Amino acid sequence: MSLGIVMLVHDALDRAEQLVRHWATHGCPVVIHVDTCVTRKDYADFVAALDDLDNVKFCKRRNCEWGTWSLVAASQTASEVLLGSFPDLRHIMLVSGSCLPLRPISEMLAYLQDRPQTDFIESVTTEDVPWTIGGLDIERFTLRFPFSWKRHRRLFDRGVEIQRKLGVKRKIPGGLVPHLGSQWWCLTRKTLSAILNDPQRPVFDKYFRYVWIPDESYYQTLARRHSTRIESRSLTLSKFNFQGKPHVFYDDHLQLLRRSDCFVARKVWRYADKLYDSFLSDQQLVVAGAEPNPGKIDRIFTKAIDRRTKGRAGLYMSSRFPSEGYRGNLTAARYTVLEGFAELYDGFDDWLADTVSARIHGHLFAEDKVHFAGGGQEFFGALSDSANLRNYNPTAFLTNLIWSTRGERQCFHFGPCDNQDVSWVMAKDANARIYVVSGAWAVQLFHSNRSFPDIRREAARLQKIESEHLTALRSGYARARTQIWSLADFVLNPTELLQNVVDDIGPRTPTPLINLPRMKPLQGFGQFLQDLKNQGMHPYLMGDFPAGHDLVPATRIQRKPYLVN
Amino acid sequence: MRLKRRRLIWRSIRSRRDLVPVVDRTDRIEPGQVRAFVTARNEYTRLPYFLSHYRALGVGHFLFVLNNSDDPSQAFLADQPDVSLWRTDASYKAARFGVDWITWLQFRYGHRAWCLTVDVDELLIYPHWDTRNLTALTERLTQTGTPALGALMLDLYPKGPMDRPTYTPGQDPAEVLQYFDASPYRAQRQWPAQNLWVQGGPRDRAFFADRPARAPTLNKLPLMHWNRRFAYMNSTHSALPPRLNCAWDGPACISGDTRLSGALLHTKFLPDVVTRSREEKRRKEHFGQPGDFDRYYDWLSSAPDLWHDKAVPYKGWRQLLDMGILSDGGWA
Repeated sequence: MSLGIVMLVHDALDRAEQLVRHWATHGCPVVIHVDTCVTRKDYADFVAALDDLDNVKFCKRRNCEWGTWSLVAASQTASEVLLGSFPDLRHIMLVSGSCLPLRPISEMLAYLQDRPQTDFIESVTTEDVPWTIGGLDIERFTLRFPFSWKRHRRLFDRGVEIQRKLGVKRKIPGGLVPHLGSQWWCLTRKTLSAILNDPQRPVFDKYFRYVWIPDESYYQTLARRHSTRIESRSLTLSKFNFQGKPHVFYDDHLQLLRRSDCFVARKVWRYADKLYDSFLSDQQLVVAGAEPNPGKIDRIFTKAIDRRTKGRAGLYMSSRFPSEGYRGNLTAARYTVLEGFAELYDGFDDWLADTVSARIHGHLFAEDKVHFAGGGQEFFGALSDSANLRNYNPTAFLTNLIWSTRGERQCFHFGPCDNQDVSWVMAKDANARIYVVSGAWAVQLFHSNRSFPDIRREAARLQKIESEHLTALRSGYARARTQIWSLADFVLNPTELLQNVVDDIGPRTPTPLINLPRMKPLQGFGQFLQDLKNQGMHPYLMGDFPAGHDLVPATRIQRKPYLVN
Repeated sequence: MRLKRRRLIWRSIRSRRDLVPVVDRTDRIEPGQVRAFVTARNEYTRLPYFLSHYRALGVGHFLFVLNNSDDPSQAFLADQPDVSLWRTDASYKAARFGVDWITWLQFRYGHRAWCLTVDVDELLIYPHWDTRNLTALTERLTQTGTPALGALMLDLYPKGPMDRPTYTPGQDPAEVLQYFDASPYRAQRQWPAQNLWVQGGPRDRAFFADRPARAPTLNKLPLMHWNRRFAYMNSTHSALPPRLNCAWDGPACISGDTRLSGALLHTKFLPDVVTRSREEKRRKEHFGQPGDFDRYYDWLSSAPDLWHDKAVPYKGWRQLLDMGILSDGGWA
C-alpha cells in the first residue's frame, strides 16, 4: 500500500462506485466524501454497494459549493480519516467522482515508487501567471469573498467593488506566498500531514475561508511551506475552457486519451460507457514507463478554445455574427481591388491573369450583373451572378466570396459605375489591397461616342462618386492598404506602378515585367478635359493633363530580342 | 415585447381545444429526457427515418400533432411506444402554422426540460452528433449557460430534376439528396426581438434571385431549455423573450467569438415534393399572402434541377464545420 485516494463525490454515484471499486481492488485505499446534495437514500445505497471492500471508508458529509472553503474542508476531513486509518501510505491523491484512471494502477504505483519524496501539485505564483478569471488575480488573496459567485453574482460583484473602493487589503498570515494551481494534487504523506498538523493551521484556515476559490490555492500555497520537493504539475489531466469550466471527455476522445499517457483524466462524461469500459478493464501494459504527455490533447483543446473566443476571421454564420463595431478582420483572406485599370488598358484582365497567380474577376459590383472570372453563372460557394441577390446584401456577398475561395487570391475591378455600398466596407477592411488610378473612368468617356452634354453630366456624376470613395479610403477609419495615383501620374510612369501591383498579388515568375498591356490611346485627352472645363465642369481627379500636348510615359519597355544559339 | 409574448402564450393556450388526443403516452416521459415536438401532415414517407434519427440522438419522447392527415402516418405513429399523438382538423395557418399547438404542448409537457421542435423534413445534426447524444449536448449547453441551440437549415437537393430519384421510407435521405450549397448565407439582425435573419442557399439562388427579401428564412432555434413563459414567435426562427435569440452569438456580440451551433438537414426536396407542392398550392396554408406563393409552388411542381457545378456533396458534420456552416464553440 503506497497510494491512498481521497475522492470527492457529488453526483453520478454509479460511476463513482465503479471508480472506487477500481482503485480499491488494485490496492489503493479510498476515503470518500459525499456531498450532502446526495439524498440520504442514495447515500445509503452507495455505502451498501461498497460494503464488501474493507479498504474503503466514508467521512463526515458536508455541503460543498464550487469555489468555496467547503471543498477544502471536505478534503481535509477525508485526508485526516485516510491518514489515520492507513498509516503505511506514501502518497495521497485527491480525485473526484469523474476522474478516470487512464493507465493501469500498477504503473502509477511504480511511477510514484520511483519518486518517493516528490509532491505532484501544480503551484505557481499569481505574479508570474495571468491566472485570472473574472478579473481577479492577487485580489483573490487580499479581499474577502463571503458571497457565492454562482448563486449571488450581484452581491459578489458589489462586495468586490466596495472593498476596492475602501482599499481593503487583507494581510496574508505567517509569511505565506500565495500560489495557485490545479485543485487535483498528489502529495506525499509527509507534506500532507505537515499541512494538516501545522500549529498555525487554525490561522491559515481562518484566512483561506474568505479567499476566493481556496481549493485552487490552499494546498498549493501550503505545500510550498512544507514540501522539500515540488513537481509543479498535476498528475490529473484536466483542461479548462475560458469560462473556467472543465472540458468533458467523451467516447470519441478514447484514442486521444490513450495516447496522452496521463495517469488520470478529468472530467469524464458519466455516460461515456466506452471510456469507462476500456480504461477500467485490466488493460495490457502497452506504454510501460512512459512519461505523461498531454501535448496533443492540449493542442486540440487550445485550438477549440481559440476558435470559440476568436472565431474564424471572415466567417459570418449563425453562431458567429459580430456586429459592426467589431475590430477584427472583416474578411477571411487578402484580396486586391483594382480601380481604373480596366478602363485604361485593353485586355488588362488577360494580361494580369498571365502575369500573376490569382483569380481575376471583372467588375464584381457592376450594375448589370456580377462579372465573375470566366463569366460563369455561379462561382465557388454557389455565389450567383444575379445583381439582385448581390445588392440585397453586398457586404455579405464580399465576405462570402472571400470566405469560400480561401487559398486563392481574388482580384476584382471596382469603379464609380459600380454599386458603392461596399466602398466603406472595403476601406475598413485590413485585408483589402486597393489600387486606384483616379479619374481613369474619363478615358472611357473620352472614347465613347455619346453627345457632349451627356458626357459632361456623366463625368460630373462619376467624379462625385469616386471622390466620395476616395474620402472613405483616406479617412481615419480606413484600415485597407491603399495606393492612389492620379491618372496623369500613372500615365507618366506605368511600369513601376504596375510592378508594385503585381508584386503584391504574387507574380508567376519573380522577374521584372517584360511586357505591359496596351494602353488605350490618349491623344487629345488633355484637350478633352479642357473641353469639360470649358463647359463649367472641373475634372480634378485625373491630375494635370496639359491641353496642348500629350503625356508620354517616362520609361518605355524595350522588348528583349530573342537570342538563338 | 412582453405583451406580445403574453398574447402569443394566451393564443396557444386557447388553441388546445383544437387538439384531439389520439394516443397519450405522456405519462411515460421521464424527467430529464429530451422531448421532441412535431407538427406533421401526410409525412408517412419521411417518418420512419425521422424517428430512427432522433431516437439515435436520444430523444426520449415524441409529441406529434397531425394536421388534416389522411395517409397511414396516424396508424404508424399510434403504434410507436415513445409517441404521443394528437390530431386536429383546424386551419394550419390560423394556428400560426402549427406554432400555437406546439406552444401549448410545450407549455403543458415541456416546462423546464430540453425541448426539440422540428418538422419532419428536418434532421438535426451538430458537432460530434455521431458520438455524443443530445444528453451530452444539453449538458454542454447547460454548463456554458446557453438556453438554446441555433441551427442553420441546410437545403439538400439531388442532381437532376427532383422527381427523378426514388426514395424508400426508412432510407437515409442524404443518400438521395446528396448536394448542398456551401454558401452564400447572409445574416442580419432584426429589432426589436434581436433575432438573426439568415437567408441564402439554393432556393434563394434559383428562385428568389429577383426578390431576395422574400427568400426563406434559414435560421432556427430547434433545441431549447423550455420554460412555460417562453413562446416561439415566427415558426422556430425566433422566440421570445429576446434573450433567447441571442443564444446564437451572444448579446451585443462585437467580439467575433463563435458559439456552438448545429444544422438542420432539410429534406424537403425528396421526390414527393412535386406532388406535395401541387397540394400546398391548393390548400393555401403557407406563410405570407397565399398568392405570393403560387409561383413558388408552380416552380416546385415543375421538378426543377437545383444542381450546378459548384454544388458540394454532403459528407458529414466535419465537412460542415470546416466550411463554417456549423461550429463547435470550443466543444472539442
